[in-house]
Amino acid sequence: MTEPAPLKAPPGVVDSTIGAGAALDTSAAEGLELEARSQWSYARRRFLRHRLAMIGLVGLVIIFGAGALAPWVAPYTFDQIDLNLVLHPPTTLAHHFFGTDEIGRDYLSRVIYGIRTSEQVGLVVAFASTLFGLIMGAIAGYYRGWIDNFIMRITDLFLTIPVLVMLLVTAALLGAGNQWLITGILAAFFWTPIARIVRGVFLSLREKEYVEAAKAVGAGDLRIMFRHILPNTLGPIIVNATLTVADAIITEAFLSFLGQGIKPPTPSLGVLVAGGQSFPQDWWLTVLPGLVLVLIVVCVNFVGDGLRDALDPQQRRVRA
Amino acid sequence: MLTYIARRILYSIPVLVASSFISFTLLTEAGDPLANLRANPRTNSPQILHHLAHVYHLDQSLPVRYWYWVQSVFTQKFGVSLLTSQPIWPDITRAMGHTLQIVLLAQLIALVLGVAVGIYSAIRQYSAFDYTFTTVSFLGYAMPTFWLALILQILFVDIYLHWHVRIFYTSGLNSGVTSSTWSLDRLQHIALPVITLTVVSFALYSRYMRATMLDVINSDYVRTARAKGLPEHLVVMRHVVRNALIPIVTVSALTFGGLLAGAIVTETIFTLDGMGFYFITKLNQLDIYAVMAYLMVVAVSIVVFNLIADVLYGFLDPRVRYD
Repeated sequence: MTEPAPLKAPPGVVDSTIGAGAALDTSAAEGLELEARSQWSYARRRFLRHRLAMIGLVGLVIIFGAGALAPWVAPYTFDQIDLNLVLHPPTTLAHHFFGTDEIGRDYLSRVIYGIRTSEQVGLVVAFASTLFGLIMGAIAGYYRGWIDNFIMRITDLFLTIPVLVMLLVTAALLGAGNQWLITGILAAFFWTPIARIVRGVFLSLREKEYVEAAKAVGAGDLRIMFRHILPNTLGPIIVNATLTVADAIITEAFLSFLGQGIKPPTPSLGVLVAGGQSFPQDWWLTVLPGLVLVLIVVCVNFVGDGLRDALDPQQRRVRA
Repeated sequence: MLTYIARRILYSIPVLVASSFISFTLLTEAGDPLANLRANPRTNSPQILHHLAHVYHLDQSLPVRYWYWVQSVFTQKFGVSLLTSQPIWPDITRAMGHTLQIVLLAQLIALVLGVAVGIYSAIRQYSAFDYTFTTVSFLGYAMPTFWLALILQILFVDIYLHWHVRIFYTSGLNSGVTSSTWSLDRLQHIALPVITLTVVSFALYSRYMRATMLDVINSDYVRTARAKGLPEHLVVMRHVVRNALIPIVTVSALTFGGLLAGAIVTETIFTLDGMGFYFITKLNQLDIYAVMAYLMVVAVSIVVFNLIADVLYGFLDPRVRYD
C-alpha cells in the first residue's frame, strides 16, 4: 500500500506549483500524474473545445489565408482585362468562378485581392487602436487627476457625434483614398472603447494590496502598470481587439462604399460591393464580395465569443 | 433628481461647444467654399468675390468666424448655405421629417418583434425556435447594411424587369410630384428601406432581450415566485418580463438619440431625401454651414436622449438613485 500523493505541499514548504507551468514533483506518486496548468493553458483548452470558435477560426484561416497569399492563390491578377468576356456570370469557363466584371477582369481574383486589402486594414487597425487605447487607458486609470480628466473628456467628445459621421467628415477633409490613410483614420477613432475598459480596471486594481506591496518593494510606475495590473485586463482587451478586426473591415467597406474610403482600382470588399451597385442586373458583382464580408464578420464574432468564454476565469461553461 | 438633470445639462454644454468648435475648425480648414465661384473669373470678378468673402466673414480669423456662426445658430436658425444662399433650417426640418418616418417605423417594428422573439427564445432556451432566431440574428448582425439594402434593391429591380409587377419602389419617396405622408404610394417607396433597417435593429434587440431574460429567469425572486405556486404565465409576465424590459428601454432610448443622424447608407442607396442623404451630399459639396447644422442637430439629439435614457432607468429601476 502506497501513501497517497501529497497534493499540497506541507506548510512551511514553498509551493512550487504557483509559478506558471511549473511541474509538480510527482516522484512520491506512482502511476498518478499531475500536471500543473497556468490560467493561460486553461484558457487555451477552453478555447480549443469551443466548437463555434473553432469553426470561426478555421473559416478565418481559409479566408484570410487566401487574402494573404493572393498573388499565389488568385487565378488572375486583379487588373487583368479581357474584353472578350465582359460581365460574364460565374462559370467554370476559363476558371472565372465568380464571373467577370464590366471590363472583363476576373472577379474571383478581385475578391481575393479585396480580402487582402480589407484584412490588412482590419488587422492593423485592431492592433494599433488596441495598443493606443491600452496606453491611454492605463495612464488615465493609474495616474488619475487632470490627465485622467483630459483623456476621458476626449472620449466624451466621441460620444456626442456618431463615429461613422465623424469618420466620414475626417475622410472627406483629408481627401482619403489611400489604404494606409484610411487605416490611420480608423485607428484614431477606434481606441476610445478600449481606453474606457482599461481605465476602469486600472481604477479598481490600483488600490489592491499587491500593487501596494509592489510599491513597497520599490517597483517603478511602469513596472506596476504593465507587469502587475495590465495582465488582469488582457481578457476583455483580447476579446475587444478581435471584434475590432470585424468592425474595422465593415467600417472600411462602409467608407469605401460611400466614396470616402479606398479608391479604385485597388479592390477592397467595400469598393467591390460599391462597384457592383451600378450593375443591378449582374447580381454576382454585389452579392459575392458582400457574402465574403458577412462570412468574415460571422467568423470573427464566433472567435470573439469563444475567447470571451475561454478568458473569463469565472466562466465554466466550456470545460477545460 | 432635478439637480441631477440640471447638472447633466450644464455638463453637456461645454462638451457641445468643444465638439462644435473642433468640427468648425476642421471643416473650415478643409477647403475654400468659394472655389467654385473662383473657377469662373469672367462672371465673378475679384470685387464680387471680395464682397462675398466679406459678407460671409470669410476674411476674418477662425475664432471670429466661429463666433459669427454661433450667433447665426441662435438668431437665424443656422443661417444660409454658402453654396446656394438658401436658408438651411427648412431643408433640415424637411429631411428630418422623412428620416423620422422611415426610422421610427423600422425601430417600432424591430422593437416589438425583437422583444417578442427574445422573450420566447429565453423561455424555450435551446429549442428549435431559439436556435433558428439565434442564427437569424447572428446573420442580421453580421450583415453590412449597404449589402442588405443593395440585395433588396437588386431583387425588386429584377422582379420588376421580369414580371413587370411593381411591389415596392427601389428609389425616391414618391412617384408623383407630391404625395401625402401615409399614402400607399409612400409606403411602397419606404418599404425596402424600412425592411433593411428593421433587420439590423431586430438582430440587436432580440439578442439583447434574450440575454436579459435569461439573467432574470435565473434570479432568486423568480424561484421564489415559482415556489409559492404562481402559475408559470404569471411568473413570466409579471416577474420576468417586466424586469427584463428595463435594460431594453434604456438601450432603445440611447439608439433613438442616434436616429436623427439618419440612415446614411440606406438613404443614399434608396435616394431618400432624409438626414443621412442630406449630410452626405452636403459633405461631398463641402457646404460647411449645412454640415455644421446637421452635426449640431445630431449632437444635441444624442445628448438629450442619453439624458432621457438615464432618467428613465432611474424611474423604472427603484434600485438606481441619482443625487
